[in-house]
Amino acid sequence: MSLTLFDKIWSTHLVLPRDEGPSLLYIDKHIVHEGSFHAFNALRTRKLALRHPDRVFGVPDHYVPTHSRLAKEAASEEVGKMIVQFDRNMQWGQVPHFKLADERQGIVHVIGPEQGLTLPGTVVVCSDSHTSTHGALGAIAFGIGQSESMHVMATQTLWQSKPKAMRVRIDGPLSAGVSAKDLILAVICEIGAAGAVGHAIEYAGTTIESLDIEGRLTICNMSIEAGARFGSIAPDDVVFDYIYGRPQSPKGERWEQALAYWRTLKSDDNAHFDREVVLDGSKIKPMVTWGTSPDAGAPIDGVVPDPARLNDVAQRVSAKAALEYMAIEPGTRLKDIAVDRVFIGSCTNSRLSDLREAARVLRGRKVRVPGMVVPGSGLIKRAAEAEGLDRVFIAAGLQWRSAGCSMCAAMNGDAGQPGERIASTSNRNFVGRQGRGTRTHLMSPAMAAAAAVNGHLSDVREWP
Amino acid sequence: MSRSTVVFEPLQTLTARALDLPGSNIDTDQIIPARFLKKERAAGYGQYLFFDKRFNAGSDDNDISPNEHPLNATEPPKILVVQDNFGCGSSREGAIYALVDYGIRVVVGTGFGDIFFNNSFKNGLLPIRLTPADHLALRKDLSPFGLITVDLVNQCVQASGHRASFDIDPFSKTCLLQGVDEVALTLGHEAEISAFEDSYSHRFPWLTPPKD
Repeated sequence: MSLTLFDKIWSTHLVLPRDEGPSLLYIDKHIVHEGSFHAFNALRTRKLALRHPDRVFGVPDHYVPTHSRLAKEAASEEVGKMIVQFDRNMQWGQVPHFKLADERQGIVHVIGPEQGLTLPGTVVVCSDSHTSTHGALGAIAFGIGQSESMHVMATQTLWQSKPKAMRVRIDGPLSAGVSAKDLILAVICEIGAAGAVGHAIEYAGTTIESLDIEGRLTICNMSIEAGARFGSIAPDDVVFDYIYGRPQSPKGERWEQALAYWRTLKSDDNAHFDREVVLDGSKIKPMVTWGTSPDAGAPIDGVVPDPARLNDVAQRVSAKAALEYMAIEPGTRLKDIAVDRVFIGSCTNSRLSDLREAARVLRGRKVRVPGMVVPGSGLIKRAAEAEGLDRVFIAAGLQWRSAGCSMCAAMNGDAGQPGERIASTSNRNFVGRQGRGTRTHLMSPAMAAAAAVNGHLSDVREWP
Repeated sequence: MSRSTVVFEPLQTLTARALDLPGSNIDTDQIIPARFLKKERAAGYGQYLFFDKRFNAGSDDNDISPNEHPLNATEPPKILVVQDNFGCGSSREGAIYALVDYGIRVVVGTGFGDIFFNNSFKNGLLPIRLTPADHLALRKDLSPFGLITVDLVNQCVQASGHRASFDIDPFSKTCLLQGVDEVALTLGHEAEISAFEDSYSHRFPWLTPPKD
């Protein structure tokens, strides 16, 4: 029988297979953060212990200050308490973790791959919807809630119904100025914010294969923005070379055993996909969003669409409300939209290559709007500084911060002001996402840097 | 599931006031803004439900005033009828806490965010997926409030003379009917989990954490 990559990993993790409804699935790695306190509280209330603390890993990221590495310098006493509470929960559960002051601290979906915690063929969960990021290394990785997090800590398993299979195939060479972020925004706009609900996506095709690890992580990261909890890519030598030698990766004989198995992890030629979406990679342009859902976007040389032309009533109502919130008229050229602030960071775009792309645009220039650059981990921060990227950002007029989720989730106090329009490399343009009343336009790091320099949305392909 | 303890009020049948809520792709950031997720659950999350939509902004979150939002009505609904892809976005279970603590037991739509859908059952919230035709017929007389009857035992929902059946997997149905989640059930499978772990560590030795 022909199997998909997802089928192969799923089947090796079935503790109690059921024909109907959810099966009991084994979980290899569970990553936790400050927000996991509900799960720890629930464990204590029920007098349950962690079954395998060594299969859990913790790092604070959502609430951490990015101007300091001290909990007492957090945005408020209440926010600072989240970090102290995290340390206590790690100690209570005897969970391996990085503290805020540890240089290896960073965003959960950045440090998982960086430390070799995420391995091909494994099942990884975290109470964060962008956990699909880890699928870029050939894992089944998905976001869970606090109740599920508690269940995993107590039993190392989860009841899950198998999703349907969707393949997103992108072939062809990328044009200059087009990045992985543009690819995934194009996919989301193509299939819609609910387009992949109930499905696990496998990204395939020559465009995907040509991406480096960081680009693949960006692609899989935003699967949830198309509705899919899961997004993965078959692991290849690019992945194996990346994992080799990482602190938590297998060593010696174990590495050889692992590698032999990992090479079998790809969809069979005749594997069945319930849905297939095909895009021409060579036709994709730099993308920006104009609305309040990640599928409300268009190529930068386009215009804001007219909601009146939508056939579906619910869609028309939503698009009209989105434009009202964003304070944009239908028909506006995207390049004419002025911005007030820029944010470069998040689990989508805070890795070294993202920072290099932004710095390439900013080198020798000044920004017209305030903003911050927030690396995904302390190790990325150090690597960027070794290349002098920090000096490029600071000379351009941006703030250079320490690692955390920062303005993507705006839980740590890093936020925009009401009414501000933000050019952001994050993953969600939801109403109020970057602070109450803020208006977010999603784009790639290079596009965000260009918008900051010009003071309005800009086409990085026209960059001198 | 006799070993299980009840963790929420069982749901069998419910005839209650329902509210028709407009807008597709209502994300969990709207259902509960991120700044409230650090609150302890004990004090209740109901006040945070759709906070930025229900309350006019003041200088801070203590300086607010309720607006005309239907969720501020004197007689609050127990059922929400929502548009497609309700609960998309962030995995925050706080969105479910806010709905449940407010008093919502059933959400009726055409499709939900996958993580939201899973989180619902663990907290005694029933998400019902209907076909677009049934969904339209059911909300015909909601303006925006009306009565809806939900019968989980027979898996049907009824309003305005229209009756529609819905699917639910038997496992989740049993949990809701009894007011339990699956933790106790899973703990009852300890022998199977241990046996699985033994064979798993032989098959994938590189995944067994090294002993210090």
